[in-house]
Amino acid sequence: MSTDVTAKTPAPAPPGKSGGSATDGGLLQLVLNGLRRNMRQYGMLIALGLIVALFAVWTDGDLLLPRNVSNLVLQNSYILILAIGMMLVIIAGHIDLSVGSLTAFVGAFAAVLTVQHDVPWPVAVVLCLLMGAVAGAVQGFFIAYGGIPSFIVTLAGMLIFRGLTEILLEGQTLGPFPDGLQKMGNGFLPATGPDTNYHNLTLLLGLALIVFAVLQEVRDRKRQQEFSLDVLPRNIFLLKLVSISAAILVVTMLLASYKGAPIILLILGVLVVGYGYVMRNAVFGRHIYAIGGNLPAAKLSGVRDKKVTFLVFVNMGALAALAGMAIAARLNAASPKAGLNYELEAIASAFIGGASMSGGVGTVLGAIIGGLVLGVLNNGMNLLSVGSDWQQVIKGLALLAAVGFDVWNKRKVGS
Amino acid sequence: MAGPVLEMRSIIKTFPGVKALSDVTLTVRQGEVHAICGENGAGKSTLMKVLSGVHPHGSYEGDILFEGEISTFKDIRASEQHGIVIIHQELALVPYLSIAENIFLGNEHATRGLINWNETLRHASELLRRVGLNDHPETRVTDIGVGKQQLVEIAKALSKKVKLLILDEPTAALNDEDSGKLLDLILELKNQGITSIIISHKLNEIRKVADSVTILRDGQSIETLDVKAAETTEDRIISGMVGRDLDHRFPERTPYEGDVGAAPALEVRNWTVLHPIDQQRKVVDDVSINVKRGEIVGIAGLMGAGRTELAMSVFGRTYGRYTSGTVLRDGKEIRTKSVPEAVGHGIAYVTEDRKHYGLNLIDTINRNISLSALGKVSKRGVVDEHEERKVSEGFRKSMNIKAPTVFEPVGKLSGGNQQKVVLSKWIFAGPEVLILDEPTRGIDVGAKFEIYTVIDKLAAEGKAVVFISSELPELLGMCDRIYTMAAGRLTGEVPRAEATQEALMRQMTKDKEVSR
Repeated sequence: MSTDVTAKTPAPAPPGKSGGSATDGGLLQLVLNGLRRNMRQYGMLIALGLIVALFAVWTDGDLLLPRNVSNLVLQNSYILILAIGMMLVIIAGHIDLSVGSLTAFVGAFAAVLTVQHDVPWPVAVVLCLLMGAVAGAVQGFFIAYGGIPSFIVTLAGMLIFRGLTEILLEGQTLGPFPDGLQKMGNGFLPATGPDTNYHNLTLLLGLALIVFAVLQEVRDRKRQQEFSLDVLPRNIFLLKLVSISAAILVVTMLLASYKGAPIILLILGVLVVGYGYVMRNAVFGRHIYAIGGNLPAAKLSGVRDKKVTFLVFVNMGALAALAGMAIAARLNAASPKAGLNYELEAIASAFIGGASMSGGVGTVLGAIIGGLVLGVLNNGMNLLSVGSDWQQVIKGLALLAAVGFDVWNKRKVGS
Repeated sequence: MAGPVLEMRSIIKTFPGVKALSDVTLTVRQGEVHAICGENGAGKSTLMKVLSGVHPHGSYEGDILFEGEISTFKDIRASEQHGIVIIHQELALVPYLSIAENIFLGNEHATRGLINWNETLRHASELLRRVGLNDHPETRVTDIGVGKQQLVEIAKALSKKVKLLILDEPTAALNDEDSGKLLDLILELKNQGITSIIISHKLNEIRKVADSVTILRDGQSIETLDVKAAETTEDRIISGMVGRDLDHRFPERTPYEGDVGAAPALEVRNWTVLHPIDQQRKVVDDVSINVKRGEIVGIAGLMGAGRTELAMSVFGRTYGRYTSGTVLRDGKEIRTKSVPEAVGHGIAYVTEDRKHYGLNLIDTINRNISLSALGKVSKRGVVDEHEERKVSEGFRKSMNIKAPTVFEPVGKLSGGNQQKVVLSKWIFAGPEVLILDEPTRGIDVGAKFEIYTVIDKLAAEGKAVVFISSELPELLGMCDRIYTMAAGRLTGEVPRAEATQEALMRQMTKDKEVSR
């Protein structure tokens, strides 16, 4: 992997006229240094690219058909939602095994509310989110204030919520859901405007996103320059902007040439931006990193570690509720077996995306990348009609390889 | 008297950057109890690690002669086979195994991998009788007290046919009664022909059990005294331990010009704390101290004196079980039941163990500096990274933290620079009272001077500083007043003008007479 990276990087760096004082060697050095520092993230991004490319070839391009991309998003959105919450839990130095069961439980709760008691769906959504938060709060209470290890508490939760799901549903599958709720799982943005063969609203949204991303990058760079920090040379920076824009554009076009952007993708986008911001910039996020990185030091610095831990689990519960509704809505039924093993997929996503077993490390974006690696593997292998037996073997190896590479890389750097 | 059983000749042991032992010579006679004493960091533990093979042959210079032969131990097992057994300060017992299982751990009575329980229990009972412990050998180690655990360790040593028993501060964690019993046992073993080396800085204990004492200072053996001789007084031992001149240099103190205030900035009254697990033991016993604005007050004490425990307990009850005592700020009683409360009242505690309790090593300099006062660089719960960067850049320059940017992970910095980050973090929190626990431990002389300068400046600005240190010259060079602690109790208070290393050491080694 590392040889791959070193071999590839010089190519996109057009030598010479950067206007900066950096010579060719210096430039290369700069890029390499940047890569090494963020090895895990870039490494996984490159791995994701490779996997996409590989499966695109193997499936004769089927992987990248608009319909399939749309499907891929719909199929994996809930794992990604769970992975965001799980990343926070793992950064704080804990684990949550209960989320799979909790998604099923909340799905069942939603079905009981809307199908059996005709509760209006917006009310049901709010009640379900509350239910998830309460479930998370109960577990969080035992973990943070009771001092019981999270592994044990959430293992208990895993059993309890699975059992409660079967009790609520009496072992049956319950559906169908009202329209509004269904939309949440498999709906798309409404089509409007002139007929362009593309989904207009999605195109607009994609363009807005590109503008936003570019502005953000430019602002970051300016700030870094104000502090006379090392910034990327101009041509590399431009290349970065072009790559980001191109990536967004490709996904936008793919989605727009089918039914448009799925609703759940929009929800997911808001979550990624929101949680990314919280983890980077909010005091709360800082405190999560601090308690995961060194709990005694955080305590002695006046971080209210118990409250932070508690809230991290409340948040995980609420996100699990959201994912639970999305699953139920997509299948248009609540099933006792829903969300089976989802906790493991979410945990694997977080670790593939750069989390550390001992806590204190990881990013929201990393969790998304990790989740996408698993998602593309799933989807690609389905297209190739690989049996679920071998799929599991391959996903297991992918997890082992990703974390093994990280451990090896850290040892080599020698920190 | 009998000839030497052990001779260590000109032992030199260096770690990267530090010379832990420079020329130590130690001669222990057959059948005696030989004490080793010296200040913290004098090299006592390192010497014993060299002897017991923790630092293997070849990693040090000099010769070890045991029973007349040059020994080349490559690990602890090798030294144990020759009958040298070391009992460390932190006991090495597995809490949930039984006494018998612990005694024979790694050395089981077994045939072809199966344990012979009858033989195990019989032999264990016999060993327990020898050390005077009458608990059943199947009792779990976690269910007996620390004192008895210490005896189990000795029984374990006896099972290995020990000839030379090394005890590293064996009574540091024991109460008076258990200490007395342990010392009696050492004398009893001596009668059975077992030679012992005991590391201790409780002079009364040394006088009770030891035949001779070797004094270490700064990695060198200074002298060996005959304890039974009339001229070997406690003062004589103390002067050997401190003997060094004030060769460190300290910055000139800038006096605080402002208003000292009617009441001390911080006053602690009758503070008593119990050990978190062993609730019989008072780790801090009825201690009262105070510090005024612009004053630097030292707390001197040896290991286990209760200085850190006092500081941590006052700072948000982060150690042990609080039993009684009050904290006053500027004469008003305050609550310091949690760290945020203590910080809110303008108290900061800079921990002794910066790696475990002071810093998030995997995070960057700027994030470590801002952590204890994130509120100061954030609005409505959002950190202003711009502001944070500016603040930490300021500290990087003013504290001379040697790092290219503030985005360097703290784990990559040297000890001195890490200490500067911890100090920056607490200075940024803007406290009125700073408790500094061993702020210069393990850092080089140049960085020490820089830290002294910062402390001086804080006092000159009117902050009240409590300075906990094991290095007496440092306390004498920096403090206006010095308290001494020993075994959890306050044993003295001296103004700087009257303080000498000898006087302080005398109070630091003061202990209640061992019973019996």
